[in-house]
Amino acid sequence: MSLFTVNNVIINHKVIPNKIVMEKSINITLKIWRQAGPKFKGAFETYKLDNISTDSSFLEMIDELNEQLITERKEPIAFDHDCREGICGMCSLYINGQPHGPDGEITTCQLHMRNFKDGQTITVEPWRSAAFPVIKDLMVDRGAFDKIIQAGGFVSVNTGGIPDGNSIAIGKDIADEAMDAASCIGCGACVATCKNGSAMLFVSAKVSQLALLPQGKVEAAQRAKAMVAKMDELGFGNCTNTGACESECPKNVSISHIARLNREYLVAKFKG
Amino acid sequence: MTNKQDSTKVETTKIDARIPEGALAEKWSNYKAHQKLVNPSNKRRLDVIVVGTGLAGASAAASMAEMGFNVLNFCIQDSPRRAHSIAAQGGINAAKNYQNDGDSVYRLFYDTIKGGDYRAREANVYRLAEVSNGIIDQCVAQGVPFAREYGGLLDNRSFGGAQVSRTFYAKGQTGQQLLLGAYSALSRQIGKGAVKLYSRYEMLDVVIIDGRARGIIARNLISGKIERFFAHAVVVGSGGYGNTFFLSTNAMNSNGSALVQMYKKGAYFANPAYAQIHPTCIPVHGDKQSKLTLMSESLRNDGRIWVPKKKEDAEAIRAGKKKATDLAEGERDYYLERRYPAFGNLVPRDVASRAAKERCDAGFGVGNTGLAVYLDFSDAINRLGENVVRERYGNLFQMYEKIVDDNPYNMPMMIYPAMHYTMGGIWVDYELQTSVKGLFCIGEANFSDHGANRLGASALMQGLADGYFVLPYTIQNYLADQIQVPRLSTELPEFEEAEKAVNDKIKKLMSIQGKHSVDSIHRELGLIMWDFVGMGRNKAGLETALEKIKAVRKEFWSNVYIPGTEGDLNNELEKALRVADFIEIGELMARDALMREESCGGHFREEFQTPEGEALRNDEDFSFASCWKFAGEGKEPELLKETLDYEFIHRQQRNYKS
Repeated sequence: MSLFTVNNVIINHKVIPNKIVMEKSINITLKIWRQAGPKFKGAFETYKLDNISTDSSFLEMIDELNEQLITERKEPIAFDHDCREGICGMCSLYINGQPHGPDGEITTCQLHMRNFKDGQTITVEPWRSAAFPVIKDLMVDRGAFDKIIQAGGFVSVNTGGIPDGNSIAIGKDIADEAMDAASCIGCGACVATCKNGSAMLFVSAKVSQLALLPQGKVEAAQRAKAMVAKMDELGFGNCTNTGACESECPKNVSISHIARLNREYLVAKFKG
Repeated sequence: MTNKQDSTKVETTKIDARIPEGALAEKWSNYKAHQKLVNPSNKRRLDVIVVGTGLAGASAAASMAEMGFNVLNFCIQDSPRRAHSIAAQGGINAAKNYQNDGDSVYRLFYDTIKGGDYRAREANVYRLAEVSNGIIDQCVAQGVPFAREYGGLLDNRSFGGAQVSRTFYAKGQTGQQLLLGAYSALSRQIGKGAVKLYSRYEMLDVVIIDGRARGIIARNLISGKIERFFAHAVVVGSGGYGNTFFLSTNAMNSNGSALVQMYKKGAYFANPAYAQIHPTCIPVHGDKQSKLTLMSESLRNDGRIWVPKKKEDAEAIRAGKKKATDLAEGERDYYLERRYPAFGNLVPRDVASRAAKERCDAGFGVGNTGLAVYLDFSDAINRLGENVVRERYGNLFQMYEKIVDDNPYNMPMMIYPAMHYTMGGIWVDYELQTSVKGLFCIGEANFSDHGANRLGASALMQGLADGYFVLPYTIQNYLADQIQVPRLSTELPEFEEAEKAVNDKIKKLMSIQGKHSVDSIHRELGLIMWDFVGMGRNKAGLETALEKIKAVRKEFWSNVYIPGTEGDLNNELEKALRVADFIEIGELMARDALMREESCGGHFREEFQTPEGEALRNDEDFSFASCWKFAGEGKEPELLKETLDYEFIHRQQRNYKS
């Protein structure tokens, strides 16, 4: 246990005496992948970090490490992050062999240090996939996901001239299932964890969401065909139904969507 | 009028918002009927830059590309889908009246004007309410999986500041679903080649040629290369400046730099002091915290907010000797229900935030810092069952539990207000054009529709209204006169000079090699903002803030340390460029708050309140939008005023009690 002061408690512009809060903290060792750029060879570097509050998020811990590196006039670790609420899908990180780390149903930004023990060594790597080349340190290029969506992950409607939102009734169960598929955040954990580097969970989530809804049904088969073709072209691997993607997905997207994708894909094949 | 600040130059220049003539309900139809249009073959010859891919930027870029314009779209993230609109939780308002509860375009307009404490422009807000219904239809057609009733029709819920249920939602992820809808429309246009996307690019200046915006200077965030881009018009939808406070619910990379760039090139910065402190956020846990997490306002549909009635109980809870659940019903003070019987827990955000601060300042706060109140679902769980509550708010409860390590199904949530949204922004006229020709501003980045306080579920509405249905029309009225303008060379001296200025600024920052990290200076700025320019403001505090911000600026420009080089991926340099601008914005916010000697919406001056502690407006002297005009580095900005005339609504003291 360490003493920790909250020094920003100022009310009505009168500073009230610092409050002392008892908070748990731990000391850790980090092995972090450093790589100067896509064409450079990377390697692990080891860092020691003391007095990390267990209420800190994993990324706040890396912020602290970076502050320490900056103080030592060293280059901080490059990593992707933005919303820090688990929804933008920008953060990634392979932590102790698991995408988004040991806790379930969360992204790295929502992983908290209370999931680690005092004295523990934590290994941090970028997503490893042929389709996601490393940009620097822990940052990777996930532009391939955008290209898959551009190939067909939409309903072909222009702005304006749309009938009333209630003109098509959609069963609650269908809407809910579409919502579950649509909750994919495009983080890429499914690809990173798959031994084949397949993007099937990502692709199927979009195909399934739109195939379930009447608005998206019109183009369902064509969409599946176009998106799968783009996925293959971009160097993602094949799906061999290991289910690893589903178990590591921070948003619990189900592999049942892959079955629906396969159905739509077959329909497209039959139609030629 | 009188103005007591000798530090502020006051001009009487009137600003013309170019509002169409005619009755309120006919203005927009009349405008569209008479505006200039661009024919299809000319559209192909016109380039439009859109900066930002949030709800406003993505919907604008997609819609203009569908029309046939050639669009260049920029975002700082690796993908347009990650813009911070994605994090909006609760919902989007529209005047559909599907619930048959008396809603109408006029009522949504009225609620928005009242919610904004009568500091927004009537014509803009009416148009917003008018186009709101089309947004829902558009999103449904894109495949946005809005929540449905068992009969298959769209479901609604209630949000603060309204007595009707007009909020459409997709679980607690409405922003995500709406943004993915706009992103899919945008992706379709990128696939067709109608939009050229530049991701991981950051705008660093706007280029003005002969008084018109003709392009931008942007930095490739991967290579560090500075690049030039031409367009016939520039549209900025880069979001708000809430991160001036360091700790806010904004994403880490959200910033106000594009606004400062526009401001320094002649666009007015309007109402910078109007910032929204959101009442329901997870309290600060410590001094290493990087950001604050919002708990959706939708939780106030079923959650009841309270603190202990007795100070001894609050003290016992803070000391860890008692738990919330130890207090009987009679020992709890449901202060919002007590103070505002008509709206109860669903008062607007500014009112709810101030009420929480009032209780905590008076010593009734809970949590180990005393800076928290309870948001309690036990009544809802008893009434509806845990499953229904889980269905409605499951993802929010899960998020809370992961962050706080406490189960909100069994123990009330602890919440406290946090910086969330900025109503102020770049001044725009009715056409969403800034005071610089050819430079447009949309979404949270502009100042237009929310007055001094934004109602919940109205940010998504405004972003999409601007992007789908307003800008794609109004920009044509400008572009129709640009069809003779060829694509200009980026070798022109104006591009040259703008790029040189950007390079000089970067070189200067890199050369300081001081002692402090960028974040440490940003944190310092944030504390000043929270303490003196936050929920309760007063003259002495604001003057202190202005002094302290000066010191922060000096420290930053003489003692910041940026590692690495400029010609490479360099996150610290990116942050430094943004913090340099947050310092400018912080100063503008404090200056504006000091000038506005009244309380309205999110701007609460402690000197101006009713005996009951409510905001006391001064319509006589302050019924205007303050427009700050840049006067040169190191010089005091000039204050211009857009007078707000209320033709259709009778202003009154906001009342949420009866």
